[in-house]
Amino acid sequence: MPKRTDIKKILIIGSGPIIISQACEFDYSGTQAVKALKEEGYEVVLINSNPATIMTDPELADKTYIEPITPEMVAKVIAKERPDALLPTLGGQTGLNTAIRVAEMGILEKYGVELLAADINVIRKAEGREEFRAAMQKIGLKVPESAIVHTVQDALATAEEIGFPIIVRPSFTLGGTGGGVAYNMQELEALSTVGIDLSLNNEVMLERSLLGWKEYELEVMRDKNDNVVIICPIENMDAMGVHTGDSVTVAPAQTLTDREYQLMRNASIDIMREIGVETGGSNVQFAVNPVDGELMVIEMNPRVSRSSALASKATGFPIAKIAAKLAIGYTLDEIPNDITRETYASFEPTIDYCVVKIPRWTFEKFPEAEDILTTAMKSVGETMAIGRTFKEAFQKGLRSLEIGRMGFGNDGKDSLASMEEAELERKLVTPNSQRIFVIYEALRRGRSVEDLYGLTSIDPWFLNNFKQLVETEEAIAAAGFHGLTKVFLRKIKQQGFSDFQIGHLTGTTENDIRELRFKQDLLPVYKLVDTCAAEFEAYTPYYYSTYETEDESRIDNTKKVIILGGGPNRIGQGIEFDYCCVHASFALREMGIESIMVNSNPETVSTDYDTSDKLYFEPLTREDVLNIIEREKPDGVIVQFGGQTPLNLAVTLAEAKVPIVGTSPDSIDRAEDRKRFQQFLQKLNLRQPANGTARTMEEALAIAERVGYPVVVRPSYVLGGRAMRIVYNEKGIREFMASAIIVSSEHPILIDKFLKDAVEIDVDAISDGEVTIIGGIMEHIEEAGIHSGDSACVLPPYSLSPEMIEEIKEASRAMAQELNVIGLMNVQFAVKDNELYILEVNPRASRTVPFVSKATGVPLAKLATKVMMGMKLADLGLIKEIEVSHWAVKEAVFPFDRFANVDTLLSPEMKSTGEVMGLDSSVGIAFAKSQLAAGQKLPTQGNVLISVRDADKPAVLPLARRLLDLGFSILATSGTAAYLAEHNVECTMVNKISQGRPHLLDKVRDNQIHWIINTSMGSRTTEDSYTIRRSALDYHLPYTTTTSGALSMVQALETVCEKEIQVKAIQEYF
Amino acid sequence: MKALVALEDGTIFEGESFTGAGEAFGEIVFNTGMTGYQEILTDPSYKGQIVTMTYPIIGSYGINMEDMESARVQPGAFLVKEYNAIPSNFRSTMTLAAFLRQYSILGVEGIDTRALTRHIRQAGAMKGVVSTKTLEPTVLVKMAQESEGLVGRDLVREVTCHQPYGWSKSGPQNGDGFSTASAGKYKVVVMDYGLKYNQLRILAEKGCTIQVLPADAGPDVILGLEPDGIFLSNGPGDPAAVEGVVETVRELLGKKPIFGICLGHQLLGLAYGGITYKLKFGHRGSNQPVKDLETGRIEITSQNHGFCVDLESLDPDEVELTHVNLNDGSLEGMRHKKFPAFSVQYHPENAPGPHDSLYLFDRFVEMME
Repeated sequence: MPKRTDIKKILIIGSGPIIISQACEFDYSGTQAVKALKEEGYEVVLINSNPATIMTDPELADKTYIEPITPEMVAKVIAKERPDALLPTLGGQTGLNTAIRVAEMGILEKYGVELLAADINVIRKAEGREEFRAAMQKIGLKVPESAIVHTVQDALATAEEIGFPIIVRPSFTLGGTGGGVAYNMQELEALSTVGIDLSLNNEVMLERSLLGWKEYELEVMRDKNDNVVIICPIENMDAMGVHTGDSVTVAPAQTLTDREYQLMRNASIDIMREIGVETGGSNVQFAVNPVDGELMVIEMNPRVSRSSALASKATGFPIAKIAAKLAIGYTLDEIPNDITRETYASFEPTIDYCVVKIPRWTFEKFPEAEDILTTAMKSVGETMAIGRTFKEAFQKGLRSLEIGRMGFGNDGKDSLASMEEAELERKLVTPNSQRIFVIYEALRRGRSVEDLYGLTSIDPWFLNNFKQLVETEEAIAAAGFHGLTKVFLRKIKQQGFSDFQIGHLTGTTENDIRELRFKQDLLPVYKLVDTCAAEFEAYTPYYYSTYETEDESRIDNTKKVIILGGGPNRIGQGIEFDYCCVHASFALREMGIESIMVNSNPETVSTDYDTSDKLYFEPLTREDVLNIIEREKPDGVIVQFGGQTPLNLAVTLAEAKVPIVGTSPDSIDRAEDRKRFQQFLQKLNLRQPANGTARTMEEALAIAERVGYPVVVRPSYVLGGRAMRIVYNEKGIREFMASAIIVSSEHPILIDKFLKDAVEIDVDAISDGEVTIIGGIMEHIEEAGIHSGDSACVLPPYSLSPEMIEEIKEASRAMAQELNVIGLMNVQFAVKDNELYILEVNPRASRTVPFVSKATGVPLAKLATKVMMGMKLADLGLIKEIEVSHWAVKEAVFPFDRFANVDTLLSPEMKSTGEVMGLDSSVGIAFAKSQLAAGQKLPTQGNVLISVRDADKPAVLPLARRLLDLGFSILATSGTAAYLAEHNVECTMVNKISQGRPHLLDKVRDNQIHWIINTSMGSRTTEDSYTIRRSALDYHLPYTTTTSGALSMVQALETVCEKEIQVKAIQEYF
Repeated sequence: MKALVALEDGTIFEGESFTGAGEAFGEIVFNTGMTGYQEILTDPSYKGQIVTMTYPIIGSYGINMEDMESARVQPGAFLVKEYNAIPSNFRSTMTLAAFLRQYSILGVEGIDTRALTRHIRQAGAMKGVVSTKTLEPTVLVKMAQESEGLVGRDLVREVTCHQPYGWSKSGPQNGDGFSTASAGKYKVVVMDYGLKYNQLRILAEKGCTIQVLPADAGPDVILGLEPDGIFLSNGPGDPAAVEGVVETVRELLGKKPIFGICLGHQLLGLAYGGITYKLKFGHRGSNQPVKDLETGRIEITSQNHGFCVDLESLDPDEVELTHVNLNDGSLEGMRHKKFPAFSVQYHPENAPGPHDSLYLFDRFVEMME
């Protein structure tokens, strides 16, 4: 049956900013879907607030609305575009929830918009706990004993029936936010209070805990003719109790017999039919009792998900693309399998390798949060690795994580040797981000598999594989370098050991082992991911390395360039860099140069098999990258787009005579190395804050003394402001130096004079070695001292004089010239007292490149790639700077709600996971849009609580007056209230918590506060100040922690009062 | 212990035995199922073959007593990438190595099974030998070349039962004339060409009383039992080489409802006057898409066959195509237009594989109504 011809225009809702549990996988699926629908001739309208996505590239959809994903905005887009249909299943939980709300508002009915793939009742049946439970019982499937409650009292009452431990799961939230395991009444009360609040419908499910049961996931697809296929079974290493997003997972399932697997397959198909997902992909999660195989259904997601992205990358079957085609009426047997070309999508992929996914956590960013894993997801990214054995894939996965580890131990980073046995056991029992390495240590100490199974509930299958790795490690150490025969070394490599580990174990170096392998002719081979275990010929060059006999890579002699990707998402390095890599690939293809992508992140567009001419799904380590380069012999390697990961490899690759294209590694070093950078600036007569480089405590104290407190301190060579602090006194320096040793022993500490109250500026520029063009100048809203990745910013600058802007441009050009930049360059400036300071220069793609590209319509990364390949900017039509007549505001999005006890104050250390963009012809509305897109409600009336530090009091004075003019009432804590009263600003004093009740928290609870403005010196100066901010977060109140941010918000509110927010497609701006 | 695999075209693969010393001959075939090695190993259709699994880690869930598809291991040898010696599954009672050793079957690990599979896909199924005893490649290749192949060889004789038997909940029970009968609604004679137990399990579940007969049982014996239906099982090797059986099947046509699976389907094709041919490398796995032309529905099927009925050789006035393979368009199912007989090339009884095709057993039961 052909596709539907009764619909012409389809609206797709994206998933918005990158947050924990919703990352680039939805850009991957959305991009696939948009391409698939366009390919079929449909007009595609897209709404997504995230500028760092490929899906929002103007050439992808017909109309792209970079607007807040709120029901109101979607309604406006519908009113304007009048689509025939809405496809709600590709934008994650955000897309799905928003579609429900839009449907409930009657908008779909009003404009005659059809919901494709899953109608509203299907979504409700799958997502509503009670409905889902009833549906499962109807088809004879078991679900854990549970109860739905809407009040805390009911929760406590029901607990007696279910019995502890109880899992608390709020309905309609992302990634199980607010969920957790309660072991007693007290914990249940706390968890259900938060859960009910977080749930969209104030609903929480209490569920019999299946802690220790095995967990599985199946990815299922159905077409309109009721044909159902399973794409991939996934087995979780971590037992029930750890969110699947926080579990190490393996594909395919390992410990199920066919009989048990088929029961699960049958159940998935029955669930698909009973829930009634008409077309597309779904994810079904099961728990299996390890003792007797009892099967329970945990949940079903009637949409593409993080797991479906993983399943797509793990099998080569493009779930989102096929889902989009099924939604418009095709059946599975009508859609060709791109990889084999001769077969169709109506089959079940079979794989002949093992896939391991390992989550990437960033607990180091939130030291106040306890490092434990529960049913609420906390990881910010993940890495995937492919090997012919689990052991190989697992070790490759560990070295892909970008945590400095080279595998399962043996890399000089094992720091648990002195851990007390009791502590070790505690860390085995309670899942945490370090547990893999704790297991390693326990095995090293000779703990048995049975023993470890008892402590961790991790299936002995995994533990035995780990044990075998430890045994091999012992054999390597016993053999020594001279015992590494070819037969033995091959066996070692087949278990995934890196040259680095083998070197470490034999008292030699990575290079020694590499040379030995070359001497022995022991090189990795590359095998194909082909969906069919070699039963059919595969045409798509999607490779992984292993140590076997046959190499399938097709090496040709055309001109080719390797792009090194960014690895797993983490705070400081996210989708922005993947966006740049994807653009590099597109640019190479446009130039007729073969593009070869190397990356290990399964969530991304860059690891889609049709993004580049070739894809190597490999760890981004020196060994793995050099192996590919050795095989491919590329004409060039691009390291400047993938963020810090490939950049860290630049020097070592250059040493290995790898042709790095674009800006030279020496220039990169000149910008990174403090001494050389200083000389560089002096040469150009440019100013930087007084600074110094310290390797010891004494040096650090001396420098701080010299430049004067406050100072900014940080380790060199890090991204995302890792461990960066503002330090106000000697004590601070001492504390920092004590902790920083752990952060980075080989790199010194950088100390800068902190420019208090300076305006920070970000510039992205492009240079072809002769001409430098400024891509965009962004003025930060928050003052210097807050990490640029966490700061909101405005393009073009809103407060700088034309002279200052000219000075910024000139300085940028001069630096690009001097560094001989070929490609992109990012500069961070500070302006204080009308003086320009250079804070940092990075001759590479920056986090802001996609934002600037979307704001100005100039595809910087693509142009930069072409320039790096030798073209001139003039040839590319970029001859002058782009002046825009609209405003673009970038706002950061934070994961604070995922981590209990974490302060929401912004600091020099980056904490945001993602960003949104607000675009409008008025700066106020652009800012308002950015706030809405970031999930902040716009306060329109009521009470504003102001509680600021002394230094900020003068600044809030005019702000408070404007708030009164807007019709708000002002509540203030004693100090602020006194100051305001002194200056004749009407306000009501509220008690701080320490001042007795009713205090401000009571007001928050009673819904008497509608916006909180709170600034504080340093972190957690007073417990009160922290409690204010945290309560704002927990009660979903708009809150602002800087006066500059508050000022922008007031301006936005003033504008919104005057005129209604309108939507406008990005294609209409340029 | 080092082991070598030699193919008749001179290709050599190196591995290590995980079951001790041994040597075995057979046609080398690959199965793409990610689960089900125990069912595959006990499927009599693999008689005369050496099986390699494309999934690289094998042995992970051990061996249990319930998932036997016949009383013994059938292929001559088993080749895998990595043997997992420490199984983890609540039903496991034995390791795979112990199981293979029990039947003196050679198990070899460390093989680049993907390279082997690609080679067979490109060069076609071929004869091979696996050995830990002869490690001289040229000698081994010669041994492979000189070994007996599958074409023209009657393997059914080697796997069919010698005595009639019935089926009860606990498994096979000796007895003739439906004497071991549970009180089933339908009496079904099952012709054992190398059947899989799951066929009997399902027939019993659907309310059939089962009498299994050896492959050489003649039409008089079969019809003398007055069955309500006749089931023709799967089995190994070249259908054209099975002696005497096609004539028997032809005699049965029109007398009673007949349901044939795999070899049973091929024998029906021959009985209809058609011919069979050998596929380049066969279909073996749990993910083969088949379309039921009557309903338009797609089922994911379990398959294991190296031969196929030639659709062109059948008289369209007599035989109707009912199922087709969506990967290569080959014939997967047919029905006689005049007689109550239908058959499929694949394995609706699964084990291993998806349960999508169980409805065929219901069709058989309806036919017996």
